[in-house]
Amino acid sequence: MSFDYDKYLRPGKLPHIWCPGCGHGIILKGLLRAIDACELNKDNTAIVSGIGCASRLPGYVDFNTLHTAHGRAAAFATGIKMAKPEMNVLVVGGDGDGVAIGGNHFIHACRRNIDMTYVICNNFIYGMTGGQFSPCTPTGDRASTTPYGNPDPVFDISQLAIGAGATFVARSTSFHAAQIDKLIAEGIRHKGMAVIEILDDCPTTYGRRNKFRSVVDMMKRFKEQAVPVAKAEKMSKEELDSKIVTGILHREERPEYCEQYAQVVKTARSL
Amino acid sequence: MAKKIALLQGNEACAYGALYAGCRFFGGYPITPSTEVAEVMAKELPKNGGKFIQMEDEIAAIASVLGASLTGAKALTASSGPGISLKQELIGYACIAEIPCVIVNVMRGGPSTGMPTGPSQSDIMQARWGTHGDHAAIAVAPASCQEIFSETVRAFNLAETYRMPVQVLLDEINGHMRERIELPEPGDLEIIDRQTPPVSPDQYLPYDPSFGDIPPLAAFGSGYRFHVTGLNKAADGFPTTKAKLVDAEERRQLRKVEANRELIEKNEEHMIEDAEIVIVAIGTISRSARNAVNQLREQGMKVGLFRPITLWPFPERRIAELAGQAKAMIIPEMNLGQMILEVERIVKGACDLHGIGRVDGEPITPSQIMEKIKEVC
Ligand SMILES: Cc1ncc(C[n+]2csc(CCOP(=O)(O)OP(=O)(O)O)c2C)c(N)n1
Ligand code: SF4
Ligand SMILES: [Mg+2]
Repeated sequence: MSFDYDKYLRPGKLPHIWCPGCGHGIILKGLLRAIDACELNKDNTAIVSGIGCASRLPGYVDFNTLHTAHGRAAAFATGIKMAKPEMNVLVVGGDGDGVAIGGNHFIHACRRNIDMTYVICNNFIYGMTGGQFSPCTPTGDRASTTPYGNPDPVFDISQLAIGAGATFVARSTSFHAAQIDKLIAEGIRHKGMAVIEILDDCPTTYGRRNKFRSVVDMMKRFKEQAVPVAKAEKMSKEELDSKIVTGILHREERPEYCEQYAQVVKTARSL
Repeated sequence: MAKKIALLQGNEACAYGALYAGCRFFGGYPITPSTEVAEVMAKELPKNGGKFIQMEDEIAAIASVLGASLTGAKALTASSGPGISLKQELIGYACIAEIPCVIVNVMRGGPSTGMPTGPSQSDIMQARWGTHGDHAAIAVAPASCQEIFSETVRAFNLAETYRMPVQVLLDEINGHMRERIELPEPGDLEIIDRQTPPVSPDQYLPYDPSFGDIPPLAAFGSGYRFHVTGLNKAADGFPTTKAKLVDAEERRQLRKVEANRELIEKNEEHMIEDAEIVIVAIGTISRSARNAVNQLREQGMKVGLFRPITLWPFPERRIAELAGQAKAMIIPEMNLGQMILEVERIVKGACDLHGIGRVDGEPITPSQIMEKIKEVC
């Protein structure tokens, strides 16, 4: 039986604003399948975003939704989770939103290991504002503000999350639609900060300026470059150079932030 | 029954006032001279079923406060100088999304890092116009430690009543000075809690004008699922660019304060009845002004003090009346002329205006005010 997305979509809010071929829609569908698989209660679930094309996602879905300011989603989400730890808190946003302007909030949410699931849609570009380079735009690539090629080195979002202390980190691509929901679901079930990085496609502002004349070209690249973690472990650094390692990259158990704070409350009250 | 007496610093009184008002969340980032507010909250909130979090910066601090407030918690942040500058974007977010919260600004000199340990009143205009775009603003400016306590309580009441951010303006002097205060018992001061929607979730729209200018805000996680955005939005909370809807929403938001000025405004008048010279002063400097008034009265001069306790909305009607009665108004403020601009706008030449500005990290003294009055009147 096909999945009933209507169960989670707000009536009357489609069509969405995304361009034809935009990868964000694939991530939206994966997210809803994951939420369904985890049987999250709509009333008890908050979905928080920043600003950007990806960050428009919460407007379409029937939960407690919060479209914040550029880069600030993780910090708003932290307030929600701290104040009401019984709520499920998910964050969705773009690469620019999450690791450029919001980078500080992102790494500190990882460090705290607060129980939330952060789905970051990495399309290597600032889509919404017309294709300026982001910290994830590959070096040498074209963006509207790198007319001579991008001189900047690239952030690896997943490695950044691991380094900052996130206790669940996974990566996939918009080509691997069937994997996206599984990884997000694992992230939701994980107690602590879960980051799921999905590489996706902005044909309008990134693809057309670079070597990807069509969405199919981009999808082909994701298909060819993706290497599952298990296989990647047997490959050399050089072999992995132009590859995208997919799957669960990191998982550990560490005290969760709200539980830690519950200990603070206990101590404060016992004195 | 004898009242409980305490010797409290202004910043501490502010924190205890917040707790009295029912504040259950504090998100902060340390900065002099506001840090004691955070320190008291860190100690007291976990004992009171509340949460304290020190965030990674001031933007995150107010973001966490807004997130917490959306779950229904009364929420507070406190900062100063550069930290308040950083919060401005999200103060605007709180305005447009209509999320109640209280922001304490213990003013210090500036711009930039300025004078971390020096007093100032140079955020008078920032408190009104600091964030971009048209928006309403409420700010209170208490003078004594006792009043810092009660005005912090009132700030929460105003935030919850008008569904918007409210700022409490202190300065390095009254934030750090210690005074004897009577701690109110529960019930002594009015406490206003957030309205819950009188309709079922399927009928609820978060900005529904049929509720009046201040629609009730449901809590996240309470069964009312709705959308919150910083984009211009329609009554249902979803973004719109339809001119009529945007215009109606913007005007409603300004009306929340404009139409309720009389309920929000609060002033103190000292020896004003027959005053020919009216000093308009707020916060710490109003204390110097009061002293100057008392001394000059002894010398037979008809001087009075008008003290806005609610700084924003500015007490336009009363200032205009006083301008009709007074020969001159004296406006001492620890900046180089901010509040005087507002007075000038209202007085429209009806009486003389004389400002006293000071930005050297020292307060304006009673004798400085008296000298000015003798010089110009
Ligand atoms: C404070 C602030 N700075 C800049 C912007 C302009 N802006 C809006 S979206 C965006 C980039 C979004 O890029 P990303 O997060 O990668 O999302 P995408 O659109 O690619 O999905 C920028 C720079 C803004 N809205 N707010
Ligand atoms: S501009 Fe790019 S990211 Fe934005 S909707 Fe279009 S394809 Fe998607
Ligand atoms: Mg992007």
